[in-house]
Amino acid sequence: MTELAHSIEIQNLSKRYRIGRLQQGRTLREDIVEFVKRPFGRRADETDSIWALRNVSLDVGEGEVVGIIGKNGAGKSTLLKVLSKITYPTEGNIKVKGRVASLLEVGTGFHEELTGRENVYLNGSILGMRKRQVDERFDAIVAFSGVEQFIDTQIKRYSSGMRLRLGFAVAAHLEPDVLIVDEVLAVGDAGFQKKCLDAMEGLRSGGRTVLFVSHNLAAVENLCSRGIWLDGGKVRKDGVAKEVILAYMASFAGSPEAESTLVDSENRLGSGEIRYTRVEYLGPDRTPCTLTRSGDKLIIRFHYHANKTVRYPSFGLRIFTNMGTLITETGNVVHGVDVPRVEPGDGYIDVEIESLNLLPAQYYLSLWITELGGTPIYDGDVRAVLEVEPANIYPSGRTPTSRQGIAFFPQKWIAP
Amino acid sequence: MRLAGDGVEQGMIRELWTYRELAYFLAWRDVKVRYKQTVLGVLWAVIQPFFTMVVFAVLFGQLAKIPTDGIPGPIFYFSALVPWTYFSGTVSNGGMSLVANSGLLTKIYFPRIILPASVALSNLVDFLIGSVLFIGFMAYYKIPLGWNLLLWPGLVILLVLLSLSLGLFLAALNVKYRDFRYAIPFAIQLLLFATPIIYPVSMIPERFRWLVALNPLSGLIEAFRYSLVPSRAIDWGLLWFSIAFTAVLFVVGVAYFKGAEKAFADIV
Repeated sequence: MTELAHSIEIQNLSKRYRIGRLQQGRTLREDIVEFVKRPFGRRADETDSIWALRNVSLDVGEGEVVGIIGKNGAGKSTLLKVLSKITYPTEGNIKVKGRVASLLEVGTGFHEELTGRENVYLNGSILGMRKRQVDERFDAIVAFSGVEQFIDTQIKRYSSGMRLRLGFAVAAHLEPDVLIVDEVLAVGDAGFQKKCLDAMEGLRSGGRTVLFVSHNLAAVENLCSRGIWLDGGKVRKDGVAKEVILAYMASFAGSPEAESTLVDSENRLGSGEIRYTRVEYLGPDRTPCTLTRSGDKLIIRFHYHANKTVRYPSFGLRIFTNMGTLITETGNVVHGVDVPRVEPGDGYIDVEIESLNLLPAQYYLSLWITELGGTPIYDGDVRAVLEVEPANIYPSGRTPTSRQGIAFFPQKWIAP
Repeated sequence: MRLAGDGVEQGMIRELWTYRELAYFLAWRDVKVRYKQTVLGVLWAVIQPFFTMVVFAVLFGQLAKIPTDGIPGPIFYFSALVPWTYFSGTVSNGGMSLVANSGLLTKIYFPRIILPASVALSNLVDFLIGSVLFIGFMAYYKIPLGWNLLLWPGLVILLVLLSLSLGLFLAALNVKYRDFRYAIPFAIQLLLFATPIIYPVSMIPERFRWLVALNPLSGLIEAFRYSLVPSRAIDWGLLWFSIAFTAVLFVVGVAYFKGAEKAFADIV
């Protein structure tokens, strides 16, 4: 066993999954029939497979905290699973130095019938802790979880939040050399997420190597020194976390102009009775504006096309920062503006923003159209980009920049 | 640590040693859960073989008058039912162990063989409780224990290995072919009658003996019976066949398991 220069070394890693019926549990009869039909040739047609990872090569240094980002199906979870030895690579090599703990789920192996105390031991052992280690850390784990009172109660009586906290408490006391975490922050309340982040922060300062998959780009930016953007099973960009996130967000939208063409992704959501076609930015005079500045009056015109008559659609809009933080979510329904009927054909709906209180930066819009109640979704997760330019919004003429935050509020300062 | 590539045998054994506590914890979980929220608790471990014995004694002993080799009926049946219960439980639960724990398989790494092994371990608890009850029967019938008793620990090891080998083999097959889910209980039911539990091998006509001998459980179950009740010599021919069969099954089973293991998480 040679000493590794890095904590994790991955060379030309590829993972292929068979799809369709071959993937699922087969019956013996099917295999026999197939064998009789084709006793010699290849059993499965090779085209019936997808590459979840293709020629991925990476080195991760000791103590590095790496955030892995990318769309669903980009291969993030597969990479973590291969690194955790849960699934085997089709091609390529992985070497990991030291003890690996993977946390692809909080509370793996919890048993409903057992008490909290028993589950701490069971879960700890599943995650690779020795009984002696659990003994030593038991009090700390229970204190961290905040469920002391119920520790001798069967966990089937726990709320999902309590279960989550207990599961994370065990994981937080693992002390591995390499920690692999998949999207555990997506669940739980704000307090729990804060605790998770603090624990991960502790790991980072403890000099451990952490690989972290998340859709929470702000968390990735805060925690990770390095970002890796996976796209279609390949590494699209690898570098400083912030830069990788910016590039990733930018890929969602077309070029920032007065008219933003929508990203026409093949995995656009929704049933498609009505869909957005483009977004137009108009100035106060309702003519297309090429420049949108902080504090300006802005009209955003959403063009759509309906295939059939749609009754009471709900148009919605989210505005994100270029780091993926949601600034606001709004729509016609929350404003009490009903659209009783949309006839087949083209049309548009306007949003008038009296003063665009955003500081100069690039922002992203995510649009959707649903039925009044939220389902079915006609069109969803359509992205557009909004570029906000600097303007003299303060009386002093000093122009604020994105370093001063995301938004500004109309205000008056009164001298003492 | 090496993640990819073929496992070296030595590495596999070292790894199993590292994870031995997990096998213990999973077995402990099984035992705990098995008797949780039951009024009779661990008594269930003996109720099942005990009442089976009662039914056998009435049906086959009193009504059908199947000979019991001069041993009191209850002792005759129970001596075989205790290892049989272990065997059937370990094979059927062991065979389901991977599929039943698919949540673990897809979320965490550990040597997969731990799952059927923990079943073999947890059933041992019931086996030992049954054995204690059996000693009670022996005392009741005032049957003295002989020197053959020294064989007993060896027979237990053989029983565990045979049941585990079959269980892990079936577990690996079950991940790929769910047919085994239905085949296992059925096959075990048939095997009960193909094994000298309700009848002694001595009752089988000489020319059909070889058929009984083909069943690796025959020699083992009879050896269990005659190591405890020294009314008849142990048939070493049958027992050696059981040992050889177990050795081959263990090697083949583990080899198949190790080969199939890589795909478990993808297809379970």
